[in-house]
This record gives sequence, C-alpha cells and structure tokens, in this order.
Amino acid sequence: MSDIAVRVAGLGKRYRLGSRSVGGTAYEAIAAAVRAPLRCFSRTPPPEYIWALKNVTFELRRGEVLGIIGRNGAGKSTLLKVLSRITEPTEGAVDLYGRVSSLLEVGTGFHPELTGRENIFLNGAILGMRRGEIAKKFDEIVAFSEVERFLDTPVKHYSSGMYLRLAFAVAAHLESEIVIADEVLAVGDAAFQKKCLGKVGEVAKAGRTAVLVSHNMGLMHALAQRCLYLRRGEVAAHGEPREVIEQYLSETINPQDANRPTLEGYRRGPSADSPVAITGVWCGEQSRGVQRVAMGAPIAMGVALRVLKELHGANLTITLKNAQGERVVVLFSWDREFSLFLPPGDHVITVRIENLVLAPGRYFADVGVNRSTRSTAYDVIVDFPVFRVDNEGHVIHWLERPWGAVHCPTVTWQTTP
Amino acid sequence: MTEPVRAVAADAAETGSDPPATPTIRIRPHSGLAPLRLCEVWEYRELLYFLAWRTIKVRYKQTLLGAAWAILQPVFAMVVFSLIFGRLVGMASDGIPYPLFVYAGLLPWQLFAQSVAESANSLVNNEHLLTKVYFPRFVIPASTILVSLLDFTVAGAVLAGLMGYYGIAPAGAVWAVPLLVLQAVGTALGVGLWLAALNVRYRDIRHVVPFLIQGWLFLTPIVYPSSLVPRGWHLALALNPMTGVVEGFRWALLGTKPELGGALGLSAIITLVVLVSGVLCFRRMERTFADLL
Repeated sequence: MSDIAVRVAGLGKRYRLGSRSVGGTAYEAIAAAVRAPLRCFSRTPPPEYIWALKNVTFELRRGEVLGIIGRNGAGKSTLLKVLSRITEPTEGAVDLYGRVSSLLEVGTGFHPELTGRENIFLNGAILGMRRGEIAKKFDEIVAFSEVERFLDTPVKHYSSGMYLRLAFAVAAHLESEIVIADEVLAVGDAAFQKKCLGKVGEVAKAGRTAVLVSHNMGLMHALAQRCLYLRRGEVAAHGEPREVIEQYLSETINPQDANRPTLEGYRRGPSADSPVAITGVWCGEQSRGVQRVAMGAPIAMGVALRVLKELHGANLTITLKNAQGERVVVLFSWDREFSLFLPPGDHVITVRIENLVLAPGRYFADVGVNRSTRSTAYDVIVDFPVFRVDNEGHVIHWLERPWGAVHCPTVTWQTTP
Repeated sequence: MTEPVRAVAADAAETGSDPPATPTIRIRPHSGLAPLRLCEVWEYRELLYFLAWRTIKVRYKQTLLGAAWAILQPVFAMVVFSLIFGRLVGMASDGIPYPLFVYAGLLPWQLFAQSVAESANSLVNNEHLLTKVYFPRFVIPASTILVSLLDFTVAGAVLAGLMGYYGIAPAGAVWAVPLLVLQAVGTALGVGLWLAALNVRYRDIRHVVPFLIQGWLFLTPIVYPSSLVPRGWHLALALNPMTGVVEGFRWALLGTKPELGGALGLSAIITLVVLVSGVLCFRRMERTFADLL
C-alpha cells in the first residue's frame, strides 16, 4: 500500500497552431483530402506545434496540497485539464489514486431558468455526485450558500453574489479524495470569501489531496505544502512554497529577465473612449525597473500619463500591496487637494512617501486614474511590481523573523522606574 | 482516454480512506481506437437522466404550451400531409384512412428526426460542460434521445386516439413496437453520434442536418406506401433503416402487410452498422472534443 495520491510522469501536451486544427470547415477538409495525393509535390510547410506542457513530473502524497503557480499561459490550466481528464495528454502518464473532483469553474451547468434547488441537483450530478449524496448534503449546501429564502426562485433572478455563493456551496460539498481546483476559490463578498477559504483549509486539514491553481501568493503560502512553478509549460521549480514563490516573484520582477512583463500585462482598462492612459509606473528613477529601497527610507513613486482629452480634476490613486496581496498603503491624490488638471500630452506625476517603514519584501502597486470613486476608472494598472524593501541595518537582530506586520516604524524604547 | 479500474473505484468510494494500491484513474495518450467503456457510461446514468430532465424542465418553463408541442408537431405535419397528399393527390394508403396511415409513419419518424437533430447539435450546445468537467461524452447525445423518447410517448397517445376515432383495433403484432422503437433509437443514435462528433470539427454540420432530415423523410415511405414503389427499387428502399421502422409500425399497429418483407432484415443490419460505426467514430474523436470546442 503506497501513500501516493497523484503521480505525474513526463507529461506533455502539444497543440497545433494554425486555423486547420481549430475548427476548419468541411470544405477545407474535402479540399485537403483531394489534394492529399499531390501533397508530396507541393511542399507544404509542416504544421507548427506548441507544447503547452512539456515533461512535467511530480508526485503528491495523500493529504498534501500542491499549489501551482506561474504566469498566464504557463500551462497551469492545461495541466489541470489533463489531470481532470478533460483533454488527453500527448505524452506521459498520470495515475490518480482515489475519487477525483475537479473544479475548473464554479457553477458549471447552472441553468438560469432553473431554481436554486433544481440547480443544486443538476450541478451536483454534473460534478459527479450521486443523487442520494446530494440529497443527504442538501441542507448543508443550502446553509453554506445563505440563499435559503430564494431556493425556489430561478437563479436568473439571483444577484451575482448569490449565484456564486450557491455555486461554490455545491462544489465545496463534493466528497472526493483528490480535489483539483482552478482559481474558483474565494468568490463573493469579503465575509463569504473568508468562509470559502476556511472550507478550502478544511479540505487540506481533512487529509484530502488537492491541486490548486491561484495567483494569490498569500493563499498559496497559507494552504500549500508544496508548490510547482510552471514556466512556459515546463517545471521551473518544485518544492517548499516559500522558496518556489520567492523564485517565481523574483523572476517576474527581475528587470534583467527577458520575460519581464510590460505594463500591458497589468492593465485593466482603459475603455475605448478613455481620456487618459497610464504609460509608466515606477519607483525611484524611471526606466530603472524594480528598485531596491532601504527599510525606512522615503519612497518616491512616479506615474506617467498620456492625456488624450483634457482632464478636469481627476483623482490619482496608488495602492501598495505586499507579496501576500495585502494592502499596505492607499493613496488618493484628492486627499491632499491634488487634482489632475492636465492638457493633452505626456505628463509625469510623482509622489514622495515619507515615514513609511515597510517590512522587507516585494511590493506591488495598483495605480488608477478616475473622476470619482464611484464611476469606472479611466485606466487601472493592477499588481505591478515596483520595488523591493531591503533591511539595510534597520533591523539588526534575528533577521529571519516572521515579519507578520508590514509596518516597522522607528521607535524609541524607554524604561520608566 | 482513461481506463478506470472498476472494482477498485467502487472499493475506494466505499471505504473512502485507504487509497488503493492500483491507480483508480490512469490517464494515458491514446492513438487509434479507444476502448468503449460502456460500464463507465452506466456509472454516469444519473447524469444522463439529469441532463434529459434539465432539457425538459427548461423547455416547459420557457414555453407557453409546454408538453403540447410534443403533440402539435406531428399532428400539424399529419394535417398538412393529409390535406396535400391525402386529399389533393389522393395518395393510396393500403386501405387505411390516410391521416391514420401518415400519422403511424410520422410517429416513429418524429422520434428519429428529433433525436438526430438534437444529438447532432448537442456537443456544440454543451460546450461549456465539455471544456470544464469530465464525464463520458456519450452521455450528452444520449440524453437528447431520452427527451425525444418522452415526446414520442406523448405523441403516441394521439395515435391511440386516432385509432379509436377510425375504429381500428391494434393488430396482433403490437409486441413488436418496442423492438421497432429500439431500431429507430439505435439508428438515430448512430447517425446522431456521427453528426455530433463531426459537428465539433466542422460546424457546417449544423446547417446540413435540416436538409438531411427533410430529404430522408421523403426517402422513407411515410407519406406514401411502399407498395407504390416499383419492385425493382424495393431493395434500395430497404437499405434505409427507417423504412423498416415505419413499415413495421404500420404492420404492428394497423395490420398492414409489409410490402418489403424479408428485405426489412436488411434494414435492421444497416441500423447495427450505423450504430456501431457511430459509437466507434464518436469514441475516436471524443478525446479531441475539448481541444476543438
């Protein structure tokens, strides 16, 4: 009897590039068939392939939670799809020991016309639950979802929050030895998110094996016993979450890395008729990439804007977050009576943050330009890596302490008799 | 795609604690013909039922007439055909009142046509399921057939009513009806599986299906008796599995003498060929569905 729950060996998934492989019409197929005998004369170029996964190997013991991290397009979703048997690998082998439930999305198969009650049964069946099992857990599911009162209302009348809560509730009550989940964790409002995370933690503690994909490094840190870092379909690192996450973050931040993302990957906007676009976000000097900041030193941030239509008093917000995704600083330019009145053209806005002593680590910025806190922002940059705080003599004892709090101000110690 | 080890899977589900020494699920790349795994389809029978239930439920929630549509469609076709072919053309109908004659043919035809049309589009329509959850893909086209069977049962009541109206008692061979339904479903499933799988790759199929069904309707002796067809063509007529079903229905219920006789055995064989090849083709193409959708 082994205690291995998941064994993946030399897994590879190849996709064919080009229009022929995706869809294609019957006419093309017929035409190709007619041409086939003549093909050796015509020297058509060989089809292009792309390996979405290549040589992925790992083993997971029973009860372990594996976190998969990597940039968009690194093959995380493909790996989950292969593990959950939605798509077949091109090479390699996967052995799963135990009943598997996979959640690549919550609410798969929910039908808007059906009531909450009906959708619980339908969704449960789609996720592989037996009818008796669903009936047994029905009350639990309903209680968890907090939609008791609307059970017999078609879900098309639900608010999106209620919909997601119900969907997550069904998924959370799946009984299986192995759970495979994409970023479906944490849906809904803050209170429900906490509940979801609690449920996921429970899964981990109950000795169930889990494979999770998330971009939330803080969550990975908290839940996973091991991490797998995928880079362009291959395993770049595998092991202790702390080390793997560190490597992942340093690679995505490091300016020398050819993979360094441009601002574009972090943009959530602008809308087509937006009067302004954010063209640069930096700390210290522009074009120097991620800066090192000594602990306790003032932090200078810069934002470059390209104004297309004159701005009449817009607000600039900068939110700094640590590597766990926790907000450390939230700045509104309006708070300092600083509104953007800018004519069309390129402009640079700078801000100097004093008296901020952050714990060592990497920091990321959300930057937005908006005209009011209620309306949609003109342009938003999310989670852009900006600086790294190094402990340069500010802290001198027990340097590897668990930092916990993010603010480490300079204080004066005194003993009174 | 995968070969679950049956006994072990059941075992693990029961004990729920100790993982088995042999893998419950083995995922390997496949080439060529994949194993059929019919027992896995059986394990997912509840999903089959739920998908059919969803279709019916949603249909009746969104429509005003609900279940009446299952009756209205064949009845409307019967009225139109009776007016045009029965009255205007004065089509022969083997001594049976024409409306009854044509309805007895339309009933199994509707089962077949609806099954084919629905299953052909079923995979594309359920794209969101296929790309997010694993289950034997066969369940999806199969569930559409369950729905058609229900409609067939409802529409069957009209036939009973018509027979009562014309004072025609069921012939002695009523026992054969389930077998004929089986043949109609088998043929529909075979054709539907072919079309559903091809539809994933070539979306043209969606547009081809209505033509196919309309053409097939007139190639089947529904609006006309097979006795009208010259003898030399009988073998060709029997190649169509639906000929056997329609002729069989009239023979079993109305007591007409099947014109084609032994040739109907041929149509049963064709049904088997269509069904088996459909299943094989579907299984072969199944593993690429998620990549193509």
